[in-house]
Amino acid sequence: MELFKNTNYDFLGKKWPFIIASLVLTVAGFASILMQGGLKFGIDFKGGTLMTVKFSQKPPLEKIRSAFSRSGKIKGEVSVQNFTDPQTQNEVEIGTELVNEKQLAANRQAMAEVLAATFAQPGSGKLDLNSASKDALASRLRDPLARSGVPMAEPQLQKVVADILDFRDTPPRSGLIADLGQLSSLPGVNAGIMGTLKQECYLAPYTVKKTEMVGPKVGAELQNKAVLATLYALAGMLAYIAFRFEWIYGLAAVIAVFHDTLITIGLFSIFHEEISMTVIAALLTLVGYSMNDTIVIFDRIRENLKIMRREPLESLMNKSVNQTLSRTIMSAGLTFLTVVALFIWGGPVLHTFSFALVCGITVGTYSSVFIASPIVLFWHNYTDSRKRTAPVLAAAARTDAARKSPSKAVK
Amino acid sequence: MKNNLTARTVVIVVTLLICVFGIIGLPKSGADLAKNFRDNIRLGLDLKGGTHLVLEIQVQDAVKADADQTAERLKEDLKKQNVAWNSMDTPDVAKVEDADNVAITIKGIPATQSSAFRGIVSERYTPYILTALNSTDYSMKLKPTDLNDLKVDTVKRSVDTIGNRIDQLGLAEKSVQQYGKAGSKFEVLVQLPGVDDPARAKELIGTAAVLEICDVKEGPFPSKEGALAQKGGILPMGTKLVRSKPRGTQDGEQWYLVAKTPVITGREMRNARAGQDEFRKWETNFSLSQDGGRRFGRYTEANIGNKLAVVLDNQIVSVATIQSKIEDSGRITGLGSEEESVDLSRYLRSGSLPAGVQYNEERSIGPSLGADSIHQGIVAGLAGLLAVVAVMLVYYKRSGVNAVLALALNTVILLAAVSYFHAVLTLPGIAGIILTIGMAVDSNVLIFERIREELRTGKSVISAVDNGFRKAWWTIVDTHVTTVVSCAFLFLFGEGPVRGFAVTLTIGLIANVFTAVFVSKTIFDYELAGRRQLTELSI
Repeated sequence: MELFKNTNYDFLGKKWPFIIASLVLTVAGFASILMQGGLKFGIDFKGGTLMTVKFSQKPPLEKIRSAFSRSGKIKGEVSVQNFTDPQTQNEVEIGTELVNEKQLAANRQAMAEVLAATFAQPGSGKLDLNSASKDALASRLRDPLARSGVPMAEPQLQKVVADILDFRDTPPRSGLIADLGQLSSLPGVNAGIMGTLKQECYLAPYTVKKTEMVGPKVGAELQNKAVLATLYALAGMLAYIAFRFEWIYGLAAVIAVFHDTLITIGLFSIFHEEISMTVIAALLTLVGYSMNDTIVIFDRIRENLKIMRREPLESLMNKSVNQTLSRTIMSAGLTFLTVVALFIWGGPVLHTFSFALVCGITVGTYSSVFIASPIVLFWHNYTDSRKRTAPVLAAAARTDAARKSPSKAVK
Repeated sequence: MKNNLTARTVVIVVTLLICVFGIIGLPKSGADLAKNFRDNIRLGLDLKGGTHLVLEIQVQDAVKADADQTAERLKEDLKKQNVAWNSMDTPDVAKVEDADNVAITIKGIPATQSSAFRGIVSERYTPYILTALNSTDYSMKLKPTDLNDLKVDTVKRSVDTIGNRIDQLGLAEKSVQQYGKAGSKFEVLVQLPGVDDPARAKELIGTAAVLEICDVKEGPFPSKEGALAQKGGILPMGTKLVRSKPRGTQDGEQWYLVAKTPVITGREMRNARAGQDEFRKWETNFSLSQDGGRRFGRYTEANIGNKLAVVLDNQIVSVATIQSKIEDSGRITGLGSEEESVDLSRYLRSGSLPAGVQYNEERSIGPSLGADSIHQGIVAGLAGLLAVVAVMLVYYKRSGVNAVLALALNTVILLAAVSYFHAVLTLPGIAGIILTIGMAVDSNVLIFERIREELRTGKSVISAVDNGFRKAWWTIVDTHVTTVVSCAFLFLFGEGPVRGFAVTLTIGLIANVFTAVFVSKTIFDYELAGRRQLTELSI
């Protein structure tokens, strides 16, 4: 099967609509960032406390909000946000600002207390099985089991406890058991244990899945480091491509990649997605991907410069893009397929990551053709026209100009 | 050619075996296989669940402590040489950044004795720089190199101490390491897989766990107020009131008035263990560093009959009477029970953090979230991979099998590298793997498209395959080297997650050059060997 055999599209002739589209996207992104008063940074970069809480039903957002505002224990603003993704619709993220490192532990404690006071039964004297750790559950059950005449050796107890918690934590429960009766089907859980469990434990309708606290110092530093590392990496790539091709190729490739990153960040702002450390990883992936794509096309241009010396640069570039079209579509398509799978099934952890890649691969693929190649073309046309208008050496310069690109590019 | 092919096949099979061994070892059963896989391919905290703490060592504490001790020594020296002074202070500092500003201010040295004073300092306090503030006042500061050494050493020792304390959690896997560049950052990263409540770990690490052995001035008092009342409401200079750590249900509080400046600190404690004396009474033996031993010897010699308190985190854990001069090793006798002596030896041994700590970052990921992300990640990853395999097979037919084999081997090599380097797979690492797979697919596509182009120009199958590989080679080199160059920069200047990304990507790319070019070419050669007349290739 071959889809693109001997195509001959005039890609560079159609560059303007794409360049304009790129400009529009970039401007829209910037406008969106400005309108929202800057990018929406995740906790990794701005610091703060973030708790992901899963409820057994649709979370009562208003109740949570009012509980936090009434308690007055937490310093700074509290934000409560739910997810729209069907897999995570029972989860909320509760975030607080963080002014100072010393407040980390206090805020976490206060948040846990407010949640427990609102939704659990801290006064009942029983243990909440949905938030119990292995140690807590084992020590809670040890004595009552002995008293109720269920003989159990320590390793046996540890195993039952581990089994119960594993059962709780694996999908489809994913951390929340709705009814203690569900546990009776577990091997090793006999009637005696069930009785003790019912007597000692209860089930709160929520569980804390993740708590993150980042001090402002760490956040600021992480941001600086990530940006710096990426800039150095871009400079390194520019140098290598300049060495292998011509400096303008290096510059064009880096501009194209930079353009992809800017547009992706802009799209993050337009779609109200947060910039987290995971997004940085995705942006790095996209830089690598887009660079790869650009180099493949440049490589073909370099090769063709050797064999088609008489061809004007624009049509030579068109030919190169057409020759590599089949590979561009295949590679981009396949990578896109993988990333879309991650986006659909990858769950909340991979959500922003795959979102960045879905945007990035689309933009990254067309930027190689419509941004990177035109820059090289513009530059060569510009230097050629300057040489042509130079009066004295006009004739010599012309042949020289025609040869210039191949001889330099061949190296 | 034939021999060459055999040699290449051997290389590939050996690589494959080494990699498979790295991933699953030599399993004896199915369960064994799964267990080995889990042990070798370790997942990061973001995927598995656990606690991640970043603490900042308050190095200014250690610098201040060093200045305090130096000031004490200097006072003694000046007394011996009959040099007079008015006051000697080191101001408190609150922030890590201010550690460089710690200085001892000495006021009121008579102008006539200034040369004697300068002589003592330049001769005996070489790590310090002395600057004159005016004719009678001076300031002493650690030299920048010594200051830096002290800070780096403080962080190193904190890492050790925290590691020892975390050991008490009895975790199979844990990691305590210096975070960031030594000398410019003073952070420690603690990772505890499978621990979703950091409270216990933080309790063990302690917030300002500092061990000191202090001179007991007076005590015990039944309450703080009582002690204050007895002293007329004001404590004598250089002393503080410290409470005894309650033992079990022991009744009543006990307060002691102790010297603010410790005789020795946990920094000088080398080892301690529980033991019994000749009358089978419980005791704790300890040994001190050379320098600490010398100071302790001088002090105990002069203070026989006085009491010493072992103070941990501003709580007295034990009070003992000095019975003789103690130099580098001594014992605390007359302890009530085995438990008491074991506890005391643990306090002494766990040493002290040379400085306080502050938590800059704390993350805990519940086990259910980890299980969910793994589950979803695997489903999504497999779905994506299956789609890629299906498209490759449909589009490139028989040759697509080459690509799929190369891809599979690439993944195996990557996982083996993770196992052999004892790395952990984190989300950014998986991002690196996804880019690797993307580029691996791309390399295969590049080569196949090139072979097709060659076939279109009417070349024979064998020369088309050879030319296709040859022409795609430099493109593959350029794309891969560019990415590896960028990875090098990311690794050098990035941190944490960014580094994980760079490492997996680099390994993946190297593996890719091997699988997409070397392995794939070998498979082609294998098929084409001895079939020179072949006119059609399934591609």
